[in-house]
Amino acid sequence: MWTWFYKLASPPYVYGVAATLTPWFLGLAAISIGYGLIGGLVLAPPDYQQGDAFRIIYVHAPSAWMSLFSYSTMAVAGAIALIWRIKMGHAVAAASAPIGASFTLLALVTGSLWGRPMWGTYWAWDPRLTSELILLFLYVGVMSLRSAFEDPARGDRAAALLAIVGVVNVPIIHYSVQWWNSLHQGATVAKLGKPAMPGSMLWPLLAMLLGFMLFYGAVLCMRLRGEVLNRERQAAWVREVVKS
Amino acid sequence: MNVGTWEALILVLRRELRLGFRRPDQLLQPLVFFLIVTTLFPLGLSLQLSLLRDVAPGVLWVAALLSSLLSLDSLFKSDADDGTLEQLALCGQGLTVIVIAKTFAHWLVTGAALVLMSPLVGTALGIPGSAFATMMLSLALGTLTLSWLGAIGAGLTVGLRRGNVLLSLIVLPLAMPLLIFGAGATDRAISGTSAAGALYFLAALCVFTCTLAPFAVTAALRITLE
Amino acid sequence: MNTAAVGLEVEDVHVWRGERHVLQGVSLVLRARQLLHISGPNGTGKTTLLRVICGLLRPEQGAVSWQGQSISSVRTEYQAVLAYAAHEPALKGDLTALENLRFAVGLKRRVTNVELCASLERTGAAACADLPARVLSAGQRRRVAMARVLAMNATLWLLDEPFTNLDAAGALLVTGLLQSHVDQGGMALVVAHQDLPGRDVRRLELAE
Repeated sequence: MWTWFYKLASPPYVYGVAATLTPWFLGLAAISIGYGLIGGLVLAPPDYQQGDAFRIIYVHAPSAWMSLFSYSTMAVAGAIALIWRIKMGHAVAAASAPIGASFTLLALVTGSLWGRPMWGTYWAWDPRLTSELILLFLYVGVMSLRSAFEDPARGDRAAALLAIVGVVNVPIIHYSVQWWNSLHQGATVAKLGKPAMPGSMLWPLLAMLLGFMLFYGAVLCMRLRGEVLNRERQAAWVREVVKS
Repeated sequence: MNVGTWEALILVLRRELRLGFRRPDQLLQPLVFFLIVTTLFPLGLSLQLSLLRDVAPGVLWVAALLSSLLSLDSLFKSDADDGTLEQLALCGQGLTVIVIAKTFAHWLVTGAALVLMSPLVGTALGIPGSAFATMMLSLALGTLTLSWLGAIGAGLTVGLRRGNVLLSLIVLPLAMPLLIFGAGATDRAISGTSAAGALYFLAALCVFTCTLAPFAVTAALRITLE
Repeated sequence: MNTAAVGLEVEDVHVWRGERHVLQGVSLVLRARQLLHISGPNGTGKTTLLRVICGLLRPEQGAVSWQGQSISSVRTEYQAVLAYAAHEPALKGDLTALENLRFAVGLKRRVTNVELCASLERTGAAACADLPARVLSAGQRRRVAMARVLAMNATLWLLDEPFTNLDAAGALLVTGLLQSHVDQGGMALVVAHQDLPGRDVRRLELAE
């Protein structure tokens, strides 16, 4: 059973698997996101409280979820690389970081746009958005740390350790920000919450979530192939690939 | 004639304190910085003590955070630069013992000193004397946790050029819960409500960090030493 | 286990620094009463090899074992019997020579000031005992570092360029100390540019 696990440590194998998976992920993602967008933006009824403004949830909620998922993936990949000394783990973590940061940014922007009709302002220190902002800082920290080292192997290991420390802190930060917000929140500020959702609203949302996850997988595979080629550029198999 | 763990801890602690006190100017710098930063806020905001009182917990805590961070950069830097860190790594006691002693020594000369100075600064910001106990307790717990979080950052960035900027970038997001609960506790003490919940959470964070951080710092230093 | 027969074993160690294949399958065996001189041009990984043997650097491939066991599994015992002198003398400038020794050796074994002063005397640095390390000359610092190695009572000495900054008398002194250490049953690995006089000095030449 462990043979497949150890095969994942082989760069050419990972390169090949990523190449095979990418078109599947992209195709399924397109279908899922397509259904989600049509169902959410067109077909679902407007929310009785928020009107049409709530529709941004179809992009905001999956982005936020993916930003957390991506960070966890980065931390787990880094941990695997540190513990079992599997260098491909570092490649996955390095490939994943910018994607996750982009999702975080997207969640912040869409959240801010959602806030405008709700609060009358683009930023009101909503607890969830504040947590996302802090998550963005964590991403920037990991990416900066990795690139600050001249020796890329040490940079990978340091970034992996920081990602693990960060992932442990994410729930703590989340809870702290909730508490902070409950202390200072005025009665007039409404939180960016999911409205109560009947099926016609919920299914497209789940489809968007699935679609985003598949999209993440596709982009991760694409970036991973680039990372693998870059890291293994001395190896003979890479020269073969580049020649062909 | 092996040296026990406790003996080794005390020995490294003595080493750190002796090194620290041989450069008293460097010890005082974070404390002076603390005073300067807290002075910035009344200058930038308002002279009215009643208004200052509202922002005092936050100001105090931000100033404490920034001053502690300033001195964290040098936690391992000097030893890494002159090669003594390697000697410590090879002394047979395990890096974790060394790390615990160094970080605790750092807290004693930085965090503990800030806690002792805080009534002075608190008065200047309009914090009533009744809140001092909570304020000092929250600062004590918070700065200890911060010393550990900062040690992780210091271990990761030792030997990097301009590592101190990256250190702050890494540590400050992790320290935000401390700021929230520490300032929150002080705030509640000022307004007369019970700060117990916040203090318990701070204590839990402190215990959690003090237990796990030594291993993270050791791992970080091993990466640096390679 | 017969400690005279088994000692330090380095097997097929490979280390990459970024893209450079610094150590390409280095192996060596060191037993009691043996002195190994590691030489080679600059950049061939002599210091890297020493750090791998110390346990500071984990090789991508290969293993280092002490008395038959991998050094990562017997880390505490291994560190208790080794003394490493790096290229830098590794002294804290604000502490006196004696304090430097106390805080370094005192972590390995209980040692008195009298013993530490005796070590300083053997390396000709007795006058430096109460001077802060930053006022010492490079040669004096090297002698203090050598005194630290002596004071640790270690079996395995790992010395990186121990003759740097030493005058002829100092070099002779260090050679003498090495010889007596080996004669008394210890073992030593020395990285040096110059030749090491003495009987039974084995040599490992690292090539490009």
